[in-house]
Amino acid sequence: MLKLNHISVTFNEGTPDEKRALNDIQLELNKGEFVTVIGSNGAGKSTLMNIISGALLPDVGDVFIGGKQVVHFPEYKRSTYIGRVFQDPMAGTAPSMTIEENLSMAYSRDKKRKLRLGVTKQRKELFRDYLTTLNLGLEDRLNAKVGLLSGGERQALSLLMSTFTEPNILLLDEHTAALDPSRAELITSLTDKVVREFGLTTLMVTHNMQQALDLGSRLIMMDKGQIIFDVNGEEKQKLAIEALLHEFRRIRGMQFGDDRAVLS
Amino acid sequence: MFISMFGAVESGIIYAIMALGVYLTFRVLDFPDLTVEGSFVTGAAVTAFSIVNGIPPFVATVLAAVAGFIAGCLTGILHTKGKINALLAGILMMTALYSINLRVMGQPTLSMLNETTLFDQLESVWAPLGIDSLFNGMISFLGIEQIPRTWAILILMIFVTIGIKLLTDFYLKTEIGLALRAIGDNKKMIRSLSANTDSLIITGVGISNALVALAGGLIAQLGGFADVNMGLGLIVIGLASIIIGEALFGTKSIVRATLAVILGAVIYRMIVTLALEVDFLEAGDMKLITAVIVVVALVTPKVIQTRREKKRRIQKRAQLRAGGDGHA
Ligand SMILES: Nc1ncnc2c1ncn2[C@@H]1O[C@H](COP(=O)(O)OP(=O)(O)OP(=O)(O)O)[C@@H](O)[C@H]1O
Ligand SMILES: [Mg+2]
Repeated sequence: MLKLNHISVTFNEGTPDEKRALNDIQLELNKGEFVTVIGSNGAGKSTLMNIISGALLPDVGDVFIGGKQVVHFPEYKRSTYIGRVFQDPMAGTAPSMTIEENLSMAYSRDKKRKLRLGVTKQRKELFRDYLTTLNLGLEDRLNAKVGLLSGGERQALSLLMSTFTEPNILLLDEHTAALDPSRAELITSLTDKVVREFGLTTLMVTHNMQQALDLGSRLIMMDKGQIIFDVNGEEKQKLAIEALLHEFRRIRGMQFGDDRAVLS
Repeated sequence: MFISMFGAVESGIIYAIMALGVYLTFRVLDFPDLTVEGSFVTGAAVTAFSIVNGIPPFVATVLAAVAGFIAGCLTGILHTKGKINALLAGILMMTALYSINLRVMGQPTLSMLNETTLFDQLESVWAPLGIDSLFNGMISFLGIEQIPRTWAILILMIFVTIGIKLLTDFYLKTEIGLALRAIGDNKKMIRSLSANTDSLIITGVGISNALVALAGGLIAQLGGFADVNMGLGLIVIGLASIIIGEALFGTKSIVRATLAVILGAVIYRMIVTLALEVDFLEAGDMKLITAVIVVVALVTPKVIQTRREKKRRIQKRAQLRAGGDGHA
C-alpha cells in the first residue's frame, strides 16, 4: 500500500547547522498493516511522516501509495489518500466552526468539493452515527463550536475525521502525547478500534514503548534518520520492553546513561 | 434632517456590499486585503467609462464586478504563488490599480451627469407606479416637510444587498465555502483534508473584490461620477462597518454575522451624517471621525466587560466577607 524508496532528507545543507534527518530510508507497508514507530528525540520520525504526507519533499527518493508514484504531488492532493492526526489537539480541527461542519470538511476529503451544502440532513444522520461510536456524547452537540471541546474530545473528533472516509494510509504522530493519561488511554483504544474496523494501513509514532508493543502488527525503531529495527508478527508479540532496550543497545553498540529515558 | 438620514441609509445599503467583501477577506479568510481601496475605484471607473461609451448601465455594472474579481485574483496570486505577505500584496495591487484607474478614466474625475445610469433607468420604470407618492404621503403625514426625490434606489438596493447576503450565506455553507472558512481558522488542517488552499484563497479574494468593485460602480452611479480618489480610507470604513455591526448584533452564526455587517455599514453612514450636522465639523474631518468610531467600537465592549468582571469580583468578595463575619 505504501512504499518508500531510498528516501533521504537533509536540513540546512551546506551550513554549520546541517542535519541529516533521514538517511536512505527503505520501507514497505502492506495493506492493513498497523505499524508502531519508536525512536529517540530527533530520530526523524516526524520527518518521515511529513515526507509521506507531502508536507516535506525528500532530497532524493520515491513515495508510492497503492503503487502510484506520488512524490511530486503537493500535500493537498496527496491528502486524498492520507488521514492524519497531529500531536497538538488544536491542529486537527477548525475551532470556530461547528462539529458537523468539521466533519463535513473531512467527509469531502476524498471527493471533489462542490457548490452544494456541506451539511445536509442525510449527512447529519451519518455524522451522528459515527459520533455515537466515540461514546463521548458528541452526537448531541453537532452544532457546538469545536473550540469549546476539551483536548481529548477534540483529539477523538480529529481521529474520527481522519479515519471515517477510510483513507489508504493513516498517519498518527504522537497523537496521545498532549493528553492526560486517562484521555490518552481513551484515544489509544479508539485508535485500535477504528484501525481494526476499517482495516487501515497505519503508521503510529509513539514514545510509549508499552503502547508500541501492545498495538499494531509491526514495530519499527528509528535512530539518527535510519530504521534500525523492524519486527512483525509473532516475533513482535513476544517482544518485551527489556528486550527492545537490549536490541537498541546491541544495534547501536553503545551505552547510554539510561536508554529508557532516551527512547521514551 | 430626514433627507440627510435618508441619503445615509441609501448610500449605506450600497456600501454594505463593499463591507460584505471586506468581511470575506478580513474575517472569513483572515487575509487583511488592502486591494479594496483600489478595486472600489476600479469598479467606479469601469462603470463610468462603459456608460460614457454607450454600454448599457446594467452591463457596465456587471463589468465593474468582473474587473474587481480579476484584481482580487491577482492579489491572491501575488500572495499564494508569489509568496508575498498579504498586506504587502494588497498594497502593491492598490498602488498599481491607481494608475490603471486613471488610465481607464482618462482623467481624475469622470462625470456621468449627462448619461443614463442604472438608477435613472430604474426611476423611469418606477415613477409611473406611484409608490413614491404613497410613501411620501405617509411621511408628510408624520409632519416631515422635505421629502426624498425617489424611493426607488433605496428599495432596489435593499433587495440587491439582501440578495447578495443570502448568496454569500449559502456560499459559505457549501463544501467549498466551508473549506474557505477553514483557511481563516486552521489552514494546516484544511490542507490535510485535501483542499487546495492556494486556489481557494485566490477565488476568495477575487469574490471579495468583485463585491467591493460592484459597490464602487453603484456608488459612482448614485453620485453621477467616478473619482480616482474615491477609495481613499475605504478599508477603515469597511472595518468600521464590520466592527460596529459585530459589536451591536453579534457573530453567533454566518447568517447573523453577514446581517450585522450590512447593518453596521448603514449605521456607520448614519453616524457620519449625524457628525457632519454638528456645526464645527467639516467634510474633511470624516476620516478622523471614522478612526474614532472604530476605536470606540473596539474598546467599548472590552471596557464594559472588564467593568462587569470587576463588579462581579467585588460582589463576590463582599459576599464572602459577609459570610465570614457571620461565622466569627
Ligand atoms: N524544518 C527543520 N529544519 C531544520 N531541522 C529540522 C527541521 N525539522 C526537523 N529538523 C531536525 O531533523 C531531526 C529529525 O527531526 P524529527 O522532528 O523528525 O524528529 P522526531 O523523531 O520526530 O523527534 P521527536 O521524538 O522529538 O518528535 C532533528 O534533529 C530536528 O532538529
Ligand atoms: Mg516528532
